[in-house]
Amino acid sequence: MFLLICKQVKWPEKELKAASRLYFSSIKISEQDNHILYALFQLIYFRSKIYFISAAKHIFTLFKKDLLLEARQQYSFFGILLYIGSTIFVLYMAINQPETKVWNGLFWVLQLFICINAVAKSFLQESKGRMLYFYSVASPVNFVLAKLIFNSLLMLLMSLLSLLIFSALLGNVIPKLLPFIGITLLGSLSLSLVFTFLAAIAAKAQQSPVIMAILGFPVIIVQLMLLMRLSNTAFAPLLTIPISTVLLLAAMDLLVVLLAIILFPFLWKD
Amino acid sequence: MYKSWWKITGVVLVIYTCTAGFLLDVPQLPALGETIRNLYFHVCMWFAMMILFSISMVNAIRYLRTFDLKYDIYARQFAVVGIIFGILGYATGAIWMSFTWADPNNPTFDSFSTVARDPKLIGAAIALLVYFAYLVLRDSVNDMDKRARISSVYNIFAYAMLFPSIWIIPRLLPSLHPGGENGNPALDTKDIDGSMRMVFYPAIIGWTLIGVWITTLKIRINLLKEKKLSSL
Repeated sequence: MFLLICKQVKWPEKELKAASRLYFSSIKISEQDNHILYALFQLIYFRSKIYFISAAKHIFTLFKKDLLLEARQQYSFFGILLYIGSTIFVLYMAINQPETKVWNGLFWVLQLFICINAVAKSFLQESKGRMLYFYSVASPVNFVLAKLIFNSLLMLLMSLLSLLIFSALLGNVIPKLLPFIGITLLGSLSLSLVFTFLAAIAAKAQQSPVIMAILGFPVIIVQLMLLMRLSNTAFAPLLTIPISTVLLLAAMDLLVVLLAIILFPFLWKD
Repeated sequence: MYKSWWKITGVVLVIYTCTAGFLLDVPQLPALGETIRNLYFHVCMWFAMMILFSISMVNAIRYLRTFDLKYDIYARQFAVVGIIFGILGYATGAIWMSFTWADPNNPTFDSFSTVARDPKLIGAAIALLVYFAYLVLRDSVNDMDKRARISSVYNIFAYAMLFPSIWIIPRLLPSLHPGGENGNPALDTKDIDGSMRMVFYPAIIGWTLIGVWITTLKIRINLLKEKKLSSL
């Protein structure tokens, strides 16, 4: 971990060696040497601070680029909205006001398909030439983080909207509304994170949309099972929401983000 | 006889498993009876699968560190043999299940739909599906270096996703399958009889070694194919 950070910060080799020598022999350090150690830690602190600030700036710029693209090519945004609206309307026509179990199942399946539609294009829309340009100006970690943030915000918005339309048309059957909104947000976050990373993989393969479905469905079943379990408790007035499941989902999200940060640089090289 | 000692060990251990597993005395438990001997086969298959998938993941990491195509072939072949062991685990599990879980008054086929809903079975099915997806992804890319890189990345991702699907989720849900909230019965030394341990541990090692041997043969064939392709 230490070495990884140093690599990211582009730490000069000389300083790194001195630092590690001090680090490993820190037991033998006398009182006089303490100020050297202190200075080194200061150096580490400032270097990493500079690094993180510049990284945050880059991520924000890339995020703004995605937002701008979305604002300019509004057809995709409205396309997803239309998709949500018409799907829920068809469901309403078909089953009117379903019981809670059906409601819950349909809601999560809808979230899954919204996510595939909203997130899949994030990497597919970038043409090869544009990817090459990003490759030359941005670091892969910043790039993938910007994509993850953008897609999760997009997906949060979409799932809130779909929840609104869903409860308007198919009947508001949720006794615990606020916890359910929380579960929806958590769920859409996990869905979008997983699918963003899979979209990055699929974008490199031929017939990407098909590959994306093949890769995504088995992987996402686990999260969907957990989410349905959670939302079932939101439907039953007597059950409390199990915190351990929420934490498990959050840990899985963190795992996906970490894997994306570690693995995306390898996908990126072409 | 170059480095053949572990192959001989594997064969000897599997022969030992098949003879001692069927001949030695086992504790007679209600509902289990003589089917408890399936422990030497069913559980070992999943052990071998998990170990082979782990080796596959390690080789994927090695590929990403060195960009040597050899490791990509290793990773793929270990995943394929891992899948085969998973399917064998299912088959042995189905035999076991038809004696212990199925309603004796009903034919096995009728109680299948209730039995197939067990969370452990679904979790294992998800794990196998993830690795099938790995094979599909790998075959969908034509360029050799690109294919190796993308599939290695997915392999690592799949391995990370394997853990919740076979180790965490099935434990949270109620299941007929042993090994719920209170750990694995076969691994707990207080739970498993001493005479069974005499066969069970060698069986795990034996099956795994056989799996690795099969994989090395497949790897050698594929390396030769690769060599032939590149020499053309």
